[in-house]
Amino acid sequence: MTISPLARPAGVDALTVRGLRVDYGDPGAAIPAVRGIDLDVPAGAIVALLGESGSGKSATARAVLGLDQDGSRIAADEIRIGSTDLLRASDEQRRRARGSEVGLVMQDALSALNPVLSIGRQLGELFEVHLGLSRRKARSRAVEMLGLVGIPDPARRVDDYPHQFSGGMRQRILIAMAIALEPTLLIADEPTTALDVTVQAQILDLLDDLRMKTDMGVLLITHDLGVVNEVADRVVVMYAGRVVESGVTAAVFTHPAHPYTQALLRSVPQASGRREDLLTIAGSPPSPRQVPSGCSFRTRCRWAVELCADRRPELAGVAEGRLAACHRSAEVLDVAVG
Amino acid sequence: MSLSVDQHEAAGGAAESPGVVLRADALVKRFRVGPAIRSNYVSAVDGVSLDLRRGESLGIVGESGCGKTTLARMLVGLERPDGGTLRFRQRDVTAGRRADRRLLRKGVQMIFQDPYTSLDPRMTVGKLVTEPLAANRTMGARARRGRAGELLELVGLSVDMLDRFPHQFSGGQRQRIGVARALALDPDVLVCDEPVSALDVSVQAQVINLLRDLQRRLGVAIVFIAHDLSVVRHLTDRVAVMYLGRIAEIGDSDSIFEGPAHPYTRALLSASPSVDPARRGQLAQRVKLIGEPPSPIDPPVGCRFHPRCELAQDRCRTETPLLRVPADDTGTRRSACHFAEAVLTDAR
Ligand SMILES: Nc1ncnc2c1ncn2[C@@H]1O[C@H](COP(=O)(O)OP(=O)(O)O)[C@@H](O)[C@H]1O
Ligand SMILES: Nc1ncnc2c1ncn2[C@@H]1O[C@H](COP(=O)(O)OP(=O)(O)O)[C@@H](O)[C@H]1O
Ligand code: SF4
Ligand code: SF4
Ligand SMILES: [Mg+2]
Ligand SMILES: [Mg+2]
Repeated sequence: MTISPLARPAGVDALTVRGLRVDYGDPGAAIPAVRGIDLDVPAGAIVALLGESGSGKSATARAVLGLDQDGSRIAADEIRIGSTDLLRASDEQRRRARGSEVGLVMQDALSALNPVLSIGRQLGELFEVHLGLSRRKARSRAVEMLGLVGIPDPARRVDDYPHQFSGGMRQRILIAMAIALEPTLLIADEPTTALDVTVQAQILDLLDDLRMKTDMGVLLITHDLGVVNEVADRVVVMYAGRVVESGVTAAVFTHPAHPYTQALLRSVPQASGRREDLLTIAGSPPSPRQVPSGCSFRTRCRWAVELCADRRPELAGVAEGRLAACHRSAEVLDVAVG
Repeated sequence: MSLSVDQHEAAGGAAESPGVVLRADALVKRFRVGPAIRSNYVSAVDGVSLDLRRGESLGIVGESGCGKTTLARMLVGLERPDGGTLRFRQRDVTAGRRADRRLLRKGVQMIFQDPYTSLDPRMTVGKLVTEPLAANRTMGARARRGRAGELLELVGLSVDMLDRFPHQFSGGQRQRIGVARALALDPDVLVCDEPVSALDVSVQAQVINLLRDLQRRLGVAIVFIAHDLSVVRHLTDRVAVMYLGRIAEIGDSDSIFEGPAHPYTRALLSASPSVDPARRGQLAQRVKLIGEPPSPIDPPVGCRFHPRCELAQDRCRTETPLLRVPADDTGTRRSACHFAEAVLTDAR
């Protein structure tokens, strides 16, 4: 175990985002994928970013990572990783912060790994480039990292190539690479979506263990409510490019304050409601080009009233540690999930 | 394959129980892989027997690669079994002769996971939905268009949508189009291979409700493959749990989800996360599987699950467990574990 616990200043959040906007397309016909969101990931915490496809979760992650080469335009008041303020840092500081302070794990491990380089070389290269280790030292660090993420017999497997590992093992290798430089923040974008539940459980264990041992903050992007309920300390719910609710996971799942969160929770099968019809949300999420006026959710909302078409609800405190963007959140909070 | 035959006899043999529309008997499928000179066989499905009764829903679950899709493809006649028999309404259709295929095509339809790739982008929805009718030459063009409208309404879409193209629909709507098309020939059985896995939860709920509604209204039997166990539990009357090409456990969903009688089912259930805040943290208490999923190229002998089973004994490494009703169990659920009784006692 070479990761030094609590090596970073206490009390500094792993991630702070204020007023993030991401647009795709030409400025004249912009597709607003993210429309001004705030996000905090405390050190050592797992914060889930939950939302249906197209809600802007990955666009948010890419903006934090500075991946704007995909034709997007990113604007923000603040993006801070640990103590580095990315918008005000020098190019060199920014590059370093994004290179070693943030790790990224994506859904598709096979495409994220280089097929013609051994796992040991891919991991070792990180140590050579960023820490200036010798090739031999880098290799032995690579073996340690593989052991840490639970690859059996790491000393023997370090020279194997990506295709020689199972999907679950590849995902663990990707996590090993993402945490190799002891980042302040790990962004895991749907890290278990393609995996079987048994393997998913192992990966979630691993993330939980790592944040405990290293105090790294984890932004866990997912559309799986079960995964959120299992591991996230806090949850941030996104809809059509905005945050519609955030709070402590257990509290949000017991008493959601936003009709969208409530509807999501009711649309998944529960053991108790077996053989009854599931509650559904009418229609499907809007395209970013055609978001309704007022509240973006109003065309699908059971609670909608006239006001919802006229005025967009601001994200505001509705209970201890809880934010929601709904004109009727006080009433919504009053009913249990059922 | 002698063991598969034993398994089948233990399962109740040839007697045709009433209402069975589709019966698989000891189905086997192998795929040859690797270079011709040193080729190996993947044992994808190895001796699977199951009955599907009129109007019932049967779930199939198990880790990826355990043979769910291969089994599904055999059930609809898209893949010819290497062993065993398939009977549709008591008629042996295993050989895949032209008449067999015609019978199966009419009676057993498949719905795929990906509504995007399973629909031809150049055809209108009206044409797509009635393509099976055109292929079967059962109706003229006018009548087909009328039927297309009916089918769309059946799955909750509007008749005005007949002339639109697939890209003009959302993922959930496209899955409905897939369902409408599968219903065109009025089948007795719908085989759904991960039909909701690519959909968002809110849309997933719409499709699940639709399938249940069709099952009730049309009396169509449903084979439902999914990796989300809560969805399977919600939708199905019975469930088959597969491991490396074989059935580990099969029986009514309530019995199995509430008290599994096979160590693999138990591990699978305990690893699936729940949305119930009261059950947060249960994953940490799960039954952990030993090691990694083994290769189907050289599957373990005896019980195929033994290298990963916490209960494995010497006997498990040599003797294939029969699929049988555990002693003292009240229902008809069967488990392929030498120690099913012990697992069941634990669960209670
Ligand atoms: N490269 C791109 N060009 C144009 N639009 C994009 C691009 N990437 C994403 N989008 C759009 O931005 C919105 C948010 O996408 P994304 O962040 O990927 O959603 P999520 O990860 O929540 O599923 C979607 O409507 C998507 O279509
Ligand atoms: N056409 C094929 N050729 C070779 N191997 C195959 C073929 N189809 C499936 N397999 C193999 O058979 C096994 C079962 O696959 P599949 O039925 O797709 O499983 P599942 O649907 O449960 O994930 C896997 O090991 C898979 O790689
Ligand atoms: S503001 Fe209105 S439309 Fe929006 S979520 Fe609240 S009740 Fe529904
Ligand atoms: S037969 Fe043996 S190895 Fe197989 S599941 Fe039962 S106890 Fe485990
Ligand atoms: Mg995404
Ligand atoms: Mg499959």
